[in-house]
Amino acid sequence: MIVADQKPLEEILAMVAHKKKILILGCKGCVTVCNVGGLKEADILAASLRIARKKENKPIDIHVDVLERQCDNEYVKQIRDVVDDYQALISLACGVGPQFLTEMYDETTVFPGVNTTFFGGAVQHGIWEERCAGCGTCRTHLFAGLCPVARCAKSLLHGPCGGSSQGICEVNKETACIWDAIVRRKMAAGELEELLAVKELKDWRTARHGGPRRSIREELIKGNI
Amino acid sequence: MRLSYPADIKIIQLPCTGRVDILHLLNAIEQGADGVYVAGCLEGECHFIEGNLKAAKKVKRVKNILMEAGVEPERVAMFNLSSAQGARFAEIAREMTDRIRALGPTPVHQDHAA
Repeated sequence: MIVADQKPLEEILAMVAHKKKILILGCKGCVTVCNVGGLKEADILAASLRIARKKENKPIDIHVDVLERQCDNEYVKQIRDVVDDYQALISLACGVGPQFLTEMYDETTVFPGVNTTFFGGAVQHGIWEERCAGCGTCRTHLFAGLCPVARCAKSLLHGPCGGSSQGICEVNKETACIWDAIVRRKMAAGELEELLAVKELKDWRTARHGGPRRSIREELIKGNI
Repeated sequence: MRLSYPADIKIIQLPCTGRVDILHLLNAIEQGADGVYVAGCLEGECHFIEGNLKAAKKVKRVKNILMEAGVEPERVAMFNLSSAQGARFAEIAREMTDRIRALGPTPVHQDHAA
C-alpha cells in the first residue's frame, strides 16, 4: 500500500488560517489501512482544528466525509453537489487524492493533509517499511525475492557496498542491509553462484527517470473486459 | 459511605474505560469542558484484560493533540482505582477539580460558535 504520515497540526492550521468553512475528506484506501487518513483520523483532525481555532477565537466550520478512494474519478465526483459550499478541502489521501480533486474541481483550493512517504507495508502495528520503489521493471526473483532497488540505499544490483557492516546499512543504524539478507538467503538456498551473473542493464526509463509515467490498457479502454 | 466530592463533576458511566475514544475526550474539550478525566480500574485488574491500558494510551494521545492545539494537556488525565476505593474516588475528584481551578477556565472559546 501507499504509506503516509500525519502532518503536524501547526502546518495544517497555517494552511487554513484564513478559511472559515472547510471539508476534510478522508480516503478508505491505503491511508485508512495505515491509520492516517480514514474516517477516524478525519474526525480527530476536525476536532483538533476546531479546538485550536476556538482557542484563537476564530472558529471554523468543518465537515467530514470519506470517499471510497480518491484516486478514481467515479468516487471523486461524488462530492460535486457539495464542494462549492466550502472555501477549501483538506484531503487525507496520498498525494494522488489532492491532485484528482484539484483536477476535477477547478475553483476549489485543496490542501494535502498528510505527507505521502512510500510503497510499503506494516511490519508490526504502528511500524511501516518501504518495500517497493515503483521502478516499473520488477526483478525481485533475481535477488532471492527481495528488492535492492527499493531497499538498498544506493539501489545496487550486483552486491553490497563497503558500507554494509554486520547486516546494517551505513546510512542508518535502523536500516538492514538488504544485500546482506539477499546473500544469506541465496547461501541458504545453495544458489549463491547465481549472484555472480552480470545482469542486463536496468532500463531506468520505466522508473521516474523517464518522466511522469502512464499505464495504458487498451482492452480496458475498448471495454472488452 | 456518603462521601462528598465536588458538585461540578459530571459522571459518564461506561462498562469499561476501553470504550473511551479519543473523540469522546476531544469533543468534551471542544464543547467547553474545562477538563476531562478517565477513571479506570487498577492496572492489571481490567475485567476485559487491557481496557484501562488502552484508555491510558488514548488519554496520552489526546494530551499530545491538545498540546499541538495550544491547550494545556493537564486538562485531560487518567486515574486508576478500584470500585472498592470510594474514598480515593472522592479524593481524585477533588484533586482534578483543584488542578483545573488552578489552570482557570478553558481557553477553548464557546461564545462565537461557527
